[in-house]
Amino acid sequence: MIEQLKTFITGELGIAIGIGLLKSLIVVVGALLLVAYATLAERKIWSWFQSRIGPNRVGPWGLLQPIADGIKFLMKEDIIPRNADKPLYILAPFLAMLPALLIFAVIPFGELRLGGYVLDLQIVEVNIGVLYIFALSSLGVYGIVLGGWASNNKYSLLGGLRAASQMISYELVLGLSIIGVVMTTGTLSLRGIVDWQQQRYILLLPQFLGFVCFLIAMVAELNRGPFDLPEAETELTGGYHTEYSSMKFAMFFMGEYAAMIGGSAIISCLFLGGGKAPFGWQLSFVPGPAWLFLKMMAFIFFFMWIKATFPRVRYDQLMSFGWKFLLPLALFNVLLTGVLISAGVL
Amino acid sequence: MSVKTETMYLNMGPQHPSTHGVLRIGLEIDGEVVIKGTPDIGYLHRGMEKIAESSTYIKYVVMLDRTDYPCALTNEMAYILPVEKLLGCEVPARAQFIRTITMELNRIASHLLFFGTFGVDMGAITPINYAFRERELILDLLDDLSGQRLLYHYFRIGGVYRDLPQGWTERAMKFVKWMRDRLVEYDRLLSTNAIFIDRLRGVGIVSREDALAWGFTGPNMRASGVKFDLRKDEPYCAYQGLDFEVPTGKHGDCLDRYTMRMEEMYESTRIIEQAIAKLPEGEIRTKVPMRVKLPKGEWYGRVAGARGEHGCYIVSDGGASPYRLKIRAPSFSNLQILEKMLVGCKIADVVAIIGSVDISLGDVDR
Repeated sequence: MIEQLKTFITGELGIAIGIGLLKSLIVVVGALLLVAYATLAERKIWSWFQSRIGPNRVGPWGLLQPIADGIKFLMKEDIIPRNADKPLYILAPFLAMLPALLIFAVIPFGELRLGGYVLDLQIVEVNIGVLYIFALSSLGVYGIVLGGWASNNKYSLLGGLRAASQMISYELVLGLSIIGVVMTTGTLSLRGIVDWQQQRYILLLPQFLGFVCFLIAMVAELNRGPFDLPEAETELTGGYHTEYSSMKFAMFFMGEYAAMIGGSAIISCLFLGGGKAPFGWQLSFVPGPAWLFLKMMAFIFFFMWIKATFPRVRYDQLMSFGWKFLLPLALFNVLLTGVLISAGVL
Repeated sequence: MSVKTETMYLNMGPQHPSTHGVLRIGLEIDGEVVIKGTPDIGYLHRGMEKIAESSTYIKYVVMLDRTDYPCALTNEMAYILPVEKLLGCEVPARAQFIRTITMELNRIASHLLFFGTFGVDMGAITPINYAFRERELILDLLDDLSGQRLLYHYFRIGGVYRDLPQGWTERAMKFVKWMRDRLVEYDRLLSTNAIFIDRLRGVGIVSREDALAWGFTGPNMRASGVKFDLRKDEPYCAYQGLDFEVPTGKHGDCLDRYTMRMEEMYESTRIIEQAIAKLPEGEIRTKVPMRVKLPKGEWYGRVAGARGEHGCYIVSDGGASPYRLKIRAPSFSNLQILEKMLVGCKIADVVAIIGSVDISLGDVDR
């Protein structure tokens, strides 16, 4: 029995599973750390915008604040409303957080060189990576809708309804806006798209319309910035998570931030060439993952910036903006890309 | 084929982030559209008018602060004005000017509170921090005069509590200059934001006729196009002879009501500047009997507060305390039309409308 186990572990399959587990561990722990520190970053960045100091009590420069927050969330009383639909109420936060974390599985973070050994940080290479991401991000809405419905609170219900219609509308734009990228690169694999851009040029300018549509639709998809209608504190007192407390609330929160970080990674890969160094070879001594990280940070900063600056749009304005402006624009981008490709420009 | 639908009753408040206190609105909604909204007030009722009957004229001034607390000084003025008139007090000119300056500072503080909270109502989380930064400077200035940050009790029958401390006018002038630059900044941040304007334009329209019929006063009334300002048309204190504009709106929608207040802040800085330049030397208080007794009769005094017309109706039976005192609260009158404004708007508009009317629940319930 022990012998068998030994041969299995040292065998080809065993090593593959081991490396896979290691990579998943690195990526998931890294993602959760990023989530924790994104909350700190948000509070710090907002405080700079708002002429405040921001958290600075826990640890130097408030660096231990996320840990204190985590402990606080764990220690809080977990309240389930009496008339809530209990199984769904408990399930919803998990449904909100899991898809956001699963997205990290296909993101090509690049290679980590340790001495002579090369560790590819992408957990799995799926040849339909883009479709996989869209499938998962559509699942994300279930957590919010179910959470809003199961709480048995009218504000939560309204938040859930808003989330459903908002995410479904903007998912269309999201999907249409990357068709241009897929047409140009000829692949649905994220790795393929990044490699294509590594070898040729980044797609930011050739696909600028697509990029703008994707960025706006992504903010709406993430329920952030001026499109945070499902939670809208000042209208719906928190929306879908009004009734949630303790770790369940924290999971909604973490799901939102994980989706934001994952989204920044995806948009960096699709339009900015992932780990490609800007300005050609002069800067390529910095490893790829570092470039991807920097690009992600830029987008995360952007998401926090617009939330701090813009007021919230109204529900009907959001819908008409999505359907009457963004969707035709994304469709036009598909047409334009098609014309350019057949003309041999791209 | 038709689907049977039902409306939903949504209880907004008294504990709700956007009702600015303890206003409760029963909303009947069809999806996101409001069919009927019924405001319910009284959660902050403290029986102020009844307390007046067992208080004395001098002691009661302190209660007035607590009605419209973000703009406390104009409340005091509305009460002191008729009392002084009846006593025949000759209030020294310096006191009149100090009253004018402090009331305008208070008005700016109140409008800053509006600007910040209205931004939050609209989902813009940054303006409130700027607004409170500036408001803090005003509170410091008024704190140096009265020893209080919010409920000043600075005006007395016959004058003001204390003279201006040394260097106060210079600090006030410095603030005025600072505040003007900030107003430009506010416009760049919020007033010219496309989302903000889209959210407010054409929402919660009150026609000129409605504004007059429902007793709108102050910036709300002027937003509907009625050019009337007690400071201009019925001058009290030192307002006569000071040069300032009365901004008026055209459409009477939320955007106009917002713009009125932003422009009023600028006009207030002008008033403060002129009043400080003209500030005469001299006494700050006249002698008033220890036991004030008003002659028998009924009197009404009114001033322009930040939210509208602050009025005080005093019925005296010749004794040392009012027989009956009625406070005309601008927020209470401004709230009356709410039920009409809410019909047919979206849930998000409810927040915008309540925010733009700028009520203070201490004022509504008294």
